[in-house]
Amino acid sequence: MALFEEIAAEPSESVPVRRVTISVNGERRTADIEPRLLLAHLLRQGLKLTGTHMGCDTTNCGACTVLFDGKPVKSCTMLAVQADGHEVTTVEGLGGASELHPVQESFSDEHGLQCGFCTPGMMLAAKALLDEVPDPTEDEVRWALSGNLCRCTGYQNIVKSVLSAAQKLQGQSPADGS
Amino acid sequence: MYPSRFRYEAPRSIDDAVGLLQAGDGEAKVLAGGQSLVPLLKLRFASPEMLVDINDLPGLDYHRADPDGTIRVGALCRHVDLERSALLADRQPTMAAAAPMVADPIVRNRGTLVGSLCHADPQGDWASVVTALGGHVVAQGPDGRRTIPIGEFVSGPFQNTLAYDEIAVEAVIPAPEGTPAGGYLKLERRVGDFATAGTAVAIETSGGVVTRAGIALTGVGGSTIDAVEAARVLVGRPLGAEVIAEAAALAAQAAQPKSDHRGSAKYKRHVVQTFVERILTRVGDTTERAA
Repeated sequence: MALFEEIAAEPSESVPVRRVTISVNGERRTADIEPRLLLAHLLRQGLKLTGTHMGCDTTNCGACTVLFDGKPVKSCTMLAVQADGHEVTTVEGLGGASELHPVQESFSDEHGLQCGFCTPGMMLAAKALLDEVPDPTEDEVRWALSGNLCRCTGYQNIVKSVLSAAQKLQGQSPADGS
Repeated sequence: MYPSRFRYEAPRSIDDAVGLLQAGDGEAKVLAGGQSLVPLLKLRFASPEMLVDINDLPGLDYHRADPDGTIRVGALCRHVDLERSALLADRQPTMAAAAPMVADPIVRNRGTLVGSLCHADPQGDWASVVTALGGHVVAQGPDGRRTIPIGEFVSGPFQNTLAYDEIAVEAVIPAPEGTPAGGYLKLERRVGDFATAGTAVAIETSGGVVTRAGIALTGVGGSTIDAVEAARVLVGRPLGAEVIAEAAALAAQAAQPKSDHRGSAKYKRHVVQTFVERILTRVGDTTERAA
């Protein structure tokens, strides 16, 4: 896959290029990339998964958050080459083709987004929390999302959305047979 | 922002990694958690010719206690592991208090304690904690391993004393002789911001008397500050209000803050004094109850 057309001129032969294979949203993707390519850029420009947003580009805002082997990381602060052999989940991998993940549903129901820019990162950080702590307290939600900034300052409803998603997911858990 | 071009290597053994650093001849840099290095590469404050990614090195993601109580933290132990550590919660209060305050939860999933020490940012929390605890760093190079006391390891802002072909493989906290106590407090404007001021206090007590003390300051000087005088007044005395006030005042004197958008120098000094007092008072109350 020629990623460089999207980002920069085709590199000359002297530029080191590495082949990486990354599982992105459950699909095996292979790319020849320059080691300096950031994971966020591979996802957005290379794989056209533009749901991962670039916000501050300085490791502050969390808009570029993706799940790396299930754990939230800031994809602007990781080299794409480091994801070789690992699993990455972006917001596109959260729901199915036609249905929303309970976290997405709750963000919609509870007005957990205004401009929407921070939303993918918020939802992935929320999913990672709920995977580990299915029934979090409000404090735990705020703590888990403290690395994600919302410039609309819509935190109240974001927290509400995550708490509501927790309830939904618990309702779905196989333990009660539904 | 794009880093400048570099050669990337991800060795599978420490020996291979050291070999690559040697081949790099001073132009290679070790990549661990990357939460400080990658931003530096993007801003092009750093543009090494080679990155040696150590994330694939086996057996470095541990933190554990030796039978004698020495605590060892491997180069790939992430902040999140320390934040959730039952071992630290049980045995090392200063580290346990600091771990959840490092950066933000997402950065903590990647960043490492040893990397933070190497980065030697005057705003780094772990350098203060390890300084207060009198710890050291184990470096591995072509001739084997050597131990570097933290005071000699951090040699200035963003400077450490590793040779170009050495890797910091472990941080070590010596075994306590008394009962360890202490804490870490940090003032930040928001989660993930650099510290306005931070203080690490690590003491050991025996029979109600302080037998060892360390106090170190974050973000109030050109480098991590070891407040030696402040710590010294505590040793040999029970933790009473008077000695606590004395230590807090000395810690504030040791701070070398600059006025900036996070606060005036006077304010930061006051925060240091308040934090030291607060941690020691809390410890004093607990020790008294236990005695």
